[in-house]
Amino acid sequence: MIAQFLFFLLAIVAVTAALGMLLSRNPVTSALWLILNLFCIAGLYLTLHAQFIAVIQVLVYAGAIMVLFLFVIMLLNLAALPAFRQVDLRRGVAFVLVMGVLAELAYITAMAAGVLPEPVPPEQAAQTGYAAEIAKELFTRYALPFEMVGVLLLAATIGAVMFAKRRFV
Amino acid sequence: MDISWYLALSAVLFTIGVLGVLLRRNAIIILMSVELMLNAVNLTLVAFSQALGDVAGQVLVFFAISVAAAEAAIGLAIVIAIFRGKLTVDVTQINLFKY
Repeated sequence: MIAQFLFFLLAIVAVTAALGMLLSRNPVTSALWLILNLFCIAGLYLTLHAQFIAVIQVLVYAGAIMVLFLFVIMLLNLAALPAFRQVDLRRGVAFVLVMGVLAELAYITAMAAGVLPEPVPPEQAAQTGYAAEIAKELFTRYALPFEMVGVLLLAATIGAVMFAKRRFV
Repeated sequence: MDISWYLALSAVLFTIGVLGVLLRRNAIIILMSVELMLNAVNLTLVAFSQALGDVAGQVLVFFAISVAAAEAAIGLAIVIAIFRGKLTVDVTQINLFKY
């Protein structure tokens, strides 16, 4: 009961924040709405018993990445903000309809092929959220991808510095 | 709580992210919309990981967050580099590939 209430509260705030990010004129306001949305998603991870991912979400996403975004927005001079484009409503309706048909098609194909996975009981599933479980998997089966992510982040840091120093256009 | 609710919420957030990429002209807001889409996918991964009792989904979320951090760093560096030359972040004004 309380879990359901929490889910719907967080879901409504998350969707509102996402719409606020989409619709606000000022980029700083937009970034702040996105931070609210990221916090709500962290809360949703907690309702899914994924404690480790929730903490990472707040520390890395809402902390580090969004601070980077806010720094860049405030660094640049955004006096002349570009306005909205005219939105064609028929295109929006067509988009939603096509997405619905595609989802149904994918579901039916997966069902016919017999590849839909079976859920496990909740008591067993709740064990997967702990940092120890994730670390065990990360440093045994996914050790090589883990190292590669380290190299990727190093390459991205060097690349970002090179880009920021260079002058083109 | 049924997994389909999480999938529906994720679909809504992903659609808002797609609309942000398609409708906004500010390059930084387009990057933020990409982050929103990545988050929607992460929510799907965690929901499936919990429903199937498989920790691999959460490991994948960990990798996705790392790649998102790298993407944000490089994307914002490109925006700064273009802004230094063009003095705008409006994507309709950026036509480097035109010639």
